[in-house]
Order: sequence, then C-alpha cells, then structure tokens
Amino acid sequence: MTAANITVSETPLVLYTLRRADDALILGHRLSEWCGRAPMLEEDMALANTGLDLLGQARELYSYAAKVEGRGNDEDKFAYLRDVRQYRNLLLLEQPNGDFARTIVRQFFYATFADLYWRAMMRSTDPTLAAIAAKSEKESAYHVRHSSEWIIRLGDGTEESHRRAQVAIDELWAFTGEMFSVDDSERGLIDAGIAVDPAPLRPPWLKTISGVVDEATLVLPNNDWMQQGGRSGRHSEHLGHLLSELQSMQRSFPGSTW
Amino acid sequence: MYTQALNSSDGEDRHVEDAARAAQFQARIDAEERIEPNDWMPPAYRKTLTRQISQHAHSEIVGMLPEGNWITRAPSLRRKAALLAKVQDECGHGLYLYAAAETLGSSREELVDAMLAGKAKYSSIFNYPTLTWADIGTIGWLVDGAAIMNQIPLCRCSYGPYARAMIRVCKEESFHQRQGFEIMLTLCRGTDEQKAMAQDALNRWWWPVLMMFGPPDQASQHSDTSTKWKIKRFSNDELRQKFVDATVPQAQFLGLTIPDPAMKQNEAGNWEYSAIDWEEFKQVLAGNGPCNRDRMAARRKAHEDGAWVREAAMAYAAKRRQRAALQAAE
Repeated sequence: MTAANITVSETPLVLYTLRRADDALILGHRLSEWCGRAPMLEEDMALANTGLDLLGQARELYSYAAKVEGRGNDEDKFAYLRDVRQYRNLLLLEQPNGDFARTIVRQFFYATFADLYWRAMMRSTDPTLAAIAAKSEKESAYHVRHSSEWIIRLGDGTEESHRRAQVAIDELWAFTGEMFSVDDSERGLIDAGIAVDPAPLRPPWLKTISGVVDEATLVLPNNDWMQQGGRSGRHSEHLGHLLSELQSMQRSFPGSTW
Repeated sequence: MYTQALNSSDGEDRHVEDAARAAQFQARIDAEERIEPNDWMPPAYRKTLTRQISQHAHSEIVGMLPEGNWITRAPSLRRKAALLAKVQDECGHGLYLYAAAETLGSSREELVDAMLAGKAKYSSIFNYPTLTWADIGTIGWLVDGAAIMNQIPLCRCSYGPYARAMIRVCKEESFHQRQGFEIMLTLCRGTDEQKAMAQDALNRWWWPVLMMFGPPDQASQHSDTSTKWKIKRFSNDELRQKFVDATVPQAQFLGLTIPDPAMKQNEAGNWEYSAIDWEEFKQVLAGNGPCNRDRMAARRKAHEDGAWVREAAMAYAAKRRQRAALQAAE
C-alpha cells in the first residue's frame, strides 16, 4: 500500500505561498545532504545551520498555505504527498550538490535573491507573509555573507578552486532567470500589494553578484538563455529522486503518526 | 623556547624534581582541584587525557554518520529539523572536544589524521547500522542515555577544559535523550507495524549499548590510573548497572521487551542481566563490526573531497596577509 498524492486547490495565494515554501524545503533538503560530508567541521555546521533556517521557513510557509487553502492539508501533507509535477520550486534549488563550489554558487545566487525578496516582502499587505519575510530576511542576510565569503575564497584561492568555482557559475547561470519571472497568477497578487514583483530586484541582484564575482577574479557568462519550468511543475530529472528519498516513509506507511 | 631553557635541569636533579612535582600534582588532585592547561602534569596524565578526549571527539564526528543516514528520510518536517539540529549539535561537540584536546598540545589536524589512519579509536557503537526510523529513536534513547551515564561524572573530571566541555555536552545530550524517548513513545503508541519496528530496534541495539561502558572491571586496562587521577570516578560495571536499572522501567513504560529473557531484579532492586558477548565487542573493536569499513570510508572521503577547499581557504588567507603587508609597507 502506498499513500496517494493530495490534491491542492491552487488559488493564487496558495500557489504563491507554496512556491516559496517549496524553494525553502528543496534547498534545505539539499543542504542537509551535506551533513557529515563537508570539507571541514565548521562548514558542516554552517551548511546544517543554513539548512535548518530554510526548513524553518518552509514549515511556516506550508502552514500558512494550509490555513489559506482550508482543506485539511498541513505542512507534512504538502511536503510528503505531492509528486514532482505538483512541486513548484525553482529549478536552481533542486540541482544536485555537486562539489562544494557548486553548492556555494547555488547558495550565493539564491540567497542574494532571497534577501532582496524577503526585504521587499516585509512591506506585503498580507501580515503573515510580512512577518515570515521579516524573520527570513535576517537569516538570508547571513546566508549571503557566508556564501559570498566562500565565492571570494574559492575564486581567489588556488588554481583548482578557481576552476571549480568558474565551472559552477557557468553551469548554474541559466537557472537564475527563473527567479525574476512572473506569471498571471502572481501578477494579480503583485497588483494587490500582497506579492513581491521580482523584476525590479534584478538590477540590485546583478550588482551584488557582479561585485563579489569580480572580487573573486571570476566572470559571469555572456549566455543569457534561461531555463524555466519549476514554477509550473516542469522540473529537471533530479527532483524525482530527491522526492523519492524525502517521501519514502510517508509513502510506505500511509496515515501513520511519527 | 625561553621557558624551556629556564626550566631545564640535568639528570639526577630532574628525577628528584619530577617526583616532587608528581606528589604535588597528586595532592592537588586529591584536594579536588582542577588541573588547567598551563599547569604542570605528568606526561602519562597528558597522554591519557589526549587519548580519551580525542577518542570522544572522534566518536561525536563518526556518530554523525548513522543518524545522518536518516536526515533525508525523516518521516515529518518536525522530525527532520530536530534530527538535523541534533546531528549539528554532535558536530559542535566534536569541535568543542578537539579544542579541549588541543589545550594538551596536539593539534586537531594531528588527532584527525590519527583517526583517519585507523590509529585512534572511536566509540564502537557507531559501527552498527541504522536500518529503520526506530533506530533513530533508539539511538537517542539508549545510546545517548548511556553516553550521559558515562559523561555526567566527567563533569567533575580533574582536567578543567574537559570537565567544562562535558557540562555543556551533557546538557545537550539529555535533550537528545528525551527526544529519542519521545520518538520511541510515538512509535509504541502507533500502529502494530510501528511498534514492531521499535521492538526490532531495541533487540538489535540493546547488547551493543551495554558494551558501550567498556570491558568488565576485571579486564579494564586504563581504570586504575584514571581513577587515581580522578578522570574516572565510577567503574565500567558500576555505570553499566546504573544504566540498566534506569532503563528497565523506561522500556516497561514503552511496553517494549528487553531482549534478555533471563533478566531479573534482585533483592537490592538492581536488574541482573545475562552475560555479555565480549567476543562480539572484541571483533567490532578490531574493525570487524557491520559498518567499521563504511564509517572510515565516509570520513576519509569527506576529508579527501574537502582537501581542495581547505587548501583554497589557506591560499586565500595567505594572499590577504601578503596584500595587507604590501599595503602597510607603502
């Protein structure tokens, strides 16, 4: 016997909240995969810490989505009983950890975006979202600092670390565009002052990214083709494997309390 | 260098001086004074403590692996966050203990290298696999429970930095122990399948956990001097008995059966357990446990895969120093 997927009534606000929750869960899960494997104990702690921040954000967002939806779903049902096509996270965040450089570049691209995003969301007319944003922004500010420091160390460290950091930037760049895209479902919420319009965040994001990458003696790719699809459930092949591990207990023992 | 020159004395004199110092040192221990890093201490005391503290640190780090095995599969978001935080605590304990060991004059790198080379030991309990979610509950309940029994007396250990580290570690461990018990309680109040999972985990962990207290008193190598130096305050068998007596009522509360049908309570109220299979203990210690090779391979892989990152951090720090020096010279 296996547990079936839940159905979600994705009103614009439910969908909007689930997208942010999925971002936090999937990246938090990826970071938790590092546990016991990091290059040094201090980084083992830092990556776990960042993962815990993100898990905390995910739980608050899922709980809010459940409340808004009002159909008896909860944080665990959203996390454990939706399939790949129902997940709404950014493609960037489901990309495998790869080496430490790849994990750090992924973190750096996202955290720099998230920090701007949460800061803007603190002005949301939705008080719950504004409160979640205020807490998350404090966390993402640290994630930006931690990951930028590593970008600089790796870029300006040894020949090998420079090469690995550059490869990671080149490979992940095409996933950054999705952070700034908006669909019709979000447009209405933006107009109502509930959701954040990400488009104006791109120039300050690019400025921070370019500054750090430059100091790290690395370069940003010229390629401006951007992959999209995560927000509507068109994911990379990696997500299915992540979910099969994440969800294995809930799928094998349906309806149990843990 | 200079202090060494000042302290030097020759041949006969030094033996007399060392004997006097050793007597003075023992008097301090007997008076329950704490020994601090800059105090004189017998070389064997330093060696014993370095071995014990670094083994303890290695155990925390290797101990991250069996529990880390379930972080990505934890059955709820609440459990996932708690487990990740718990394993992160263990990493913190490892760091803290390496720092305590460093006060005795060995660097973290040397100590870690000895572990990776297979020359230093870590707790054998982590050479057993975590096969189901109930193993995570059982590790918290029993393995952390046994660790607390061992470590609470260490809060009064004669060596100051170790004693202080233990106070903090014990606080976090008792939180983990309660968390583990709560996982077990949830399973035992759950479905038949969950309860069976909990019983199966107890069956597999019970005897290895009893072995955590070390060989029986008659066979223990290090106890005599450790007791004299007040590093150790209770014998292996005393601690083991205390643990069994505390655990039996907890198992009864959970409705689980301890896998020792001959176990009985004596008139003094102590639970008498059957003979422990010390051959199994010896085999696991010798590297033949179910996971010894996997654990060492995982630690070595993390160390080797991370080498380029540590090198990059060093290279960058050196460049920064160089640039700062150039700037200062201008």
